[in-house]
Amino acid sequence: MHSSALTRFLRHRMAVLCLGIFILVVLFALLGPFFSPYAPTQKSGGFSAPPDSAHLLGTDKIGRDLLTRLMHGTRISLLVGLSATVISTLIGVVLGLISGYFGGVLDRILMSVTDMVMSFPYILLVLVTAAIFEPGLVTMILILGFVNWPGVTRLVRGNVLSLRETNFIRSDITSGMPRRYILFREILPNTLSPVLVYATSVFALSILDEAALSYLGMGVQPPTPSLGNMLSGAESLSILTGKPWMWLPAGLCIILLVVSINFIGDALRDAMDPRNLA
Amino acid sequence: MRKYILKKLLTTIPVLIGITVIDFLIMARAGSPIDMMTGPRMTEATKAALATRLGLDRPLWQQYLSWLWELLHGNLGYAYKSNQPVLDLILSHLGPTLLLMGLSLLMGLVIAVPLGVYSAVHRYEKRDYLLVAVSFITSSVPGFFLSMILIFLFTVTLGWLPSGGMVTAGIGGDLGDLVRHMIMPVTVLTLPIAASNMRYIRSSVLEILETDYLRTARAKGIGRRLVIWRHAMRNALVPIVTVIGMQIPGLVGGAVIVEKIFNWPGLGLLTMDAIMTRNYPLIMGVCLLSAVVVLLANLLTDILYALVDPTIRL
Repeated sequence: MHSSALTRFLRHRMAVLCLGIFILVVLFALLGPFFSPYAPTQKSGGFSAPPDSAHLLGTDKIGRDLLTRLMHGTRISLLVGLSATVISTLIGVVLGLISGYFGGVLDRILMSVTDMVMSFPYILLVLVTAAIFEPGLVTMILILGFVNWPGVTRLVRGNVLSLRETNFIRSDITSGMPRRYILFREILPNTLSPVLVYATSVFALSILDEAALSYLGMGVQPPTPSLGNMLSGAESLSILTGKPWMWLPAGLCIILLVVSINFIGDALRDAMDPRNLA
Repeated sequence: MRKYILKKLLTTIPVLIGITVIDFLIMARAGSPIDMMTGPRMTEATKAALATRLGLDRPLWQQYLSWLWELLHGNLGYAYKSNQPVLDLILSHLGPTLLLMGLSLLMGLVIAVPLGVYSAVHRYEKRDYLLVAVSFITSSVPGFFLSMILIFLFTVTLGWLPSGGMVTAGIGGDLGDLVRHMIMPVTVLTLPIAASNMRYIRSSVLEILETDYLRTARAKGIGRRLVIWRHAMRNALVPIVTVIGMQIPGLVGGAVIVEKIFNWPGLGLLTMDAIMTRNYPLIMGVCLLSAVVVLLANLLTDILYALVDPTIRL
């Protein structure tokens, strides 16, 4: 990021605040477990006990410490979100580069496949695949990684198409630069910032989708905690009304994560928009 | 125009076929639905007979072709277990979903348009920041979590609204009862639509407000209200139409989770059941229907695009 872009990012006070919150949540998830006396699957207290000094957020249905589970759950949710984003961005960037640069039949085939995946109702695709394959962490990451790439592909393809007409790429082609150099050293860096912005929204979406799927019982499977499956216990009315410590923290954690990622993405968009360079 | 629509319709056919092939391949990997239908006392022979009767013993491509052939004759197949025609099942569950989705989309726009324009007109003021912040927070709340909180508040604590279903069993059926059942699911579906549309409308109007012709219009002294609603909105509508078209697939799927939570007797609930019991003909039917809806929505978007933007000639 250029220093001017950094300055513009820092002007968004809300985004800076959110970056702080996001870093705190990440630290909570990564370092928290080292300070916890319990293991996430260890039964250490009474059933559904309210918060006290030994269990700061209380315990769940079978007596596991909820604070510890919240840390590990956040870890899992971050892991799912991040890996799904990396996978879909990689697929999207490679296909977008190929499609935009080479054009022709290859482009047409790739674009119609992209259309196909895009015209599939997203949640339906996720649900059908999640139900059909063995549910679990890896399946979840692969599914979310696979459904999100078409957006990136279109974005990169559009950028490549307009870059190909610029003088510096034309001069590269005329001077006989190797294709790999043109694609990865010249075109790719120039299309990275919109991809980065898009990736933040994929990251936020993936965390939301993980939560929804795990809530429905089709995502991360217990006893492994995730923010989504920690909420699925709260469907019963007695927990919903009488034991808010069993569901409120996980829900708030999701909202905090997604809100902060969204604000960061929005500020990045502003900061990297070349129209704001003045 | 007519030629364009025809051409578009023709290009959607390979996409549709592609989608059904993907569906079939995914399901082929899933294992046999026979396992979900049989009890422990069923012998291998009865299992085999069942597989033969359902056509599951044939190679995949034969199964696919016969499904396609029946489809061309207007037959979507029969659901496992109940043996009801898939088409009838889908049609009987379509109404409630359309009601839910249509109302949510409409409400989302009714909220988003004025707020988006207001925010754009007052840009970089406190109220603009506030609206954008609220919109980001709204779209970051998972639908199922919002549903839980709403049920907690309005059903459990206050006792005002029913927590599920479409009508109260026994006494229900009038409009008031239906409305009371709809308030919570519609709210959960409306809020994210309103929030994201508000931001799109805001940025679209912002871009238009910077153009020369609007400055001219304002300089002529036409008056703020007229400039915004007559001159700016017309052109701001173009990108908004696309965005709304893009939201339709989300609506088709988004209703699944909400219908499941509120036990709304629509397509989403049917789909969830079909997925849980590996009712393949039913899953195929629902996927096909949603793909058709999405592709038609895309086509409609293109046509609307041409209608709002006179520079686009189809």
